[in-house]
Amino acid sequence: MTATTPTSTDPGSTPPVAAAPPGVLRTAWRMWRVRIGLLLLLLLAAVALGGPFVAPYGEAEFVGTPNTRDVEGTRFGTDYFGQDVLSRFLFGGRSILVLATLSTAMALVLGVTIGLVAAYNRGRLDDLLMRTMDVSLAFPQLLLALVALTTIGPKPWLIVLIVGFTTTPRIARITRGAAVPVVERDFVGAAEALGESRPRILWSELLPNVSGPLLVEANLRLTYSIGIIASLGFLGFSTRVNAADWGLMVNENRAALSVQPWGTVLPAIAIALLTIGTGLIADGLSRASAGIDRAKGDQ
Amino acid sequence: MGILKLVIRRLAFGVVTLFVVSLAVFILSQALPSDPARAVLGREATEENVAAFREKFGLDQSAVRQYTDWLGGLVSGDPGLSYSNGVPIMDFLGDRLKNSLFLMFAGSLISIPLSLAIGAYAALRRDKLFDNANSVSSLILAAMPEFVVGALLTVLLATNVWQIFPATVRVRPGEQPWSDIDGLVLPLLTLTLAVTPYVSRVVRASMIEVLESDYVEMARLKGLSERTVLWRHALPNAIGPTFQVIALNIAYMAGGVIVVEALFNYPGIGLALRDAVREVNLPVVQFLAMFISLIYVVSNLLADVGTILVTPRLRTRLS
Repeated sequence: MTATTPTSTDPGSTPPVAAAPPGVLRTAWRMWRVRIGLLLLLLLAAVALGGPFVAPYGEAEFVGTPNTRDVEGTRFGTDYFGQDVLSRFLFGGRSILVLATLSTAMALVLGVTIGLVAAYNRGRLDDLLMRTMDVSLAFPQLLLALVALTTIGPKPWLIVLIVGFTTTPRIARITRGAAVPVVERDFVGAAEALGESRPRILWSELLPNVSGPLLVEANLRLTYSIGIIASLGFLGFSTRVNAADWGLMVNENRAALSVQPWGTVLPAIAIALLTIGTGLIADGLSRASAGIDRAKGDQ
Repeated sequence: MGILKLVIRRLAFGVVTLFVVSLAVFILSQALPSDPARAVLGREATEENVAAFREKFGLDQSAVRQYTDWLGGLVSGDPGLSYSNGVPIMDFLGDRLKNSLFLMFAGSLISIPLSLAIGAYAALRRDKLFDNANSVSSLILAAMPEFVVGALLTVLLATNVWQIFPATVRVRPGEQPWSDIDGLVLPLLTLTLAVTPYVSRVVRASMIEVLESDYVEMARLKGLSERTVLWRHALPNAIGPTFQVIALNIAYMAGGVIVVEALFNYPGIGLALRDAVREVNLPVVQFLAMFISLIYVVSNLLADVGTILVTPRLRTRLS
């Protein structure tokens, strides 16, 4: 943002505008917040993905009186429907994590492509693409998801598409912003002079030089995607009827909070730790790729 | 001259944005795999019922006609009838709109000064204890979805650990939202905790940028007191970004109220939106989507225009 960006264009020796990923990753790995974040992410991913295999009961199996804390054979009691809280918890993270990862991946592919094309072509196409992105930012993500769900219903593919599409403009803007100064540099001119094809210039010349900021953005977007998909579950729009879902669990069990808190507390803490984990990693990466151990805010 | 042109261009962009949003909302709600009349009335509805429903809600018209009728109705303040009870939307959503606007207004009243103060103080005490503590706690709070923050607050303050505040808001139809002050504490706290961390980080970043700028450096070199530097040189240049922050805050609230209202059973548009989505009540969903987008677009527009008007640097650069 300030005038500290290196402006000398010496392709070989100076590091690119944002440090290349190996350097960023190494610097980030030295920060305690990145290690804690990674630990949280791995832990929660293990619970979400491996949980169904170790759950003592089925996803929707009746085990005892509803909303009771000490039911024989259960560790955390039963939920509003007499199902085992622990089993529901172990089953309930998978769809959130998988859908959030898929939608972030989709947004990355689309957003990076749009951002790179806009940065490389400039002019009319750049204006058109970025204006379109600006317009689509004028809509809260959760709202658009709700409008789409109204007609088609909470299908997994629809959630991935909507969250992916609404995340795309955010990634496209970051990519374009990071790629514009790279386009001006000599090695891009050299590649053009050598007659390299346009896609090749985008993917092998530009992309590696914007991967620092992209890594940060990908983590940040994963955090928000998890939040949105969990919020949809909380609002009652999870993908299958009576499926275990951390967001939905919070909603189902909060009425009985004072007698049986586990049904609400376990999933709420799981979502909290998962998003804090990815948030910490994003923050560490942004500090590392800014080259200083200091956050510059989310922009 | 330059400024006027820029403001007009920004206004035009706002109008175009709303138009595109209305198209998107309309097209998305045409994506229904079956007939909306069937979806609302159920399988056992007779042909006559379906035909009557289609006629009442104008579904027998062409899509283009439906769109222009709907858009014309929105502009003239008549968003149509609700599918579920056939009543004009404004008749039963009027109170909900007022309640939600009150919640957003009260939330902004708390969180805007708070995020400005926290962000500015963190920038002044950069890398000191307050800044670092704030950095970590805001990072954690900003990462969590609103409903998780609210649910954990309920566990902490309303049910299991301490029982200080009620876990739900009790506002009966016809009552004003501020009639249940106790019940408002947790929704407002949740909104504030969800919005403030993100916004205060933006304030901190823009304040640091101002403090590191050439003109503040110059003022310091002239030997002015730190207080004069801060009040006369740094702050005026931080006003522009402040407008952006307020817009950001309001925009964030517009999305956040949906979940917060559902969590605390607050009778506002968020709760209405959730119910309308469940009932496939398309006119209500469309209207609320447009209303929330309008808040979003207008607050961003005002912020941009405000920034253009108050930022000395921008003014000179433009002319």
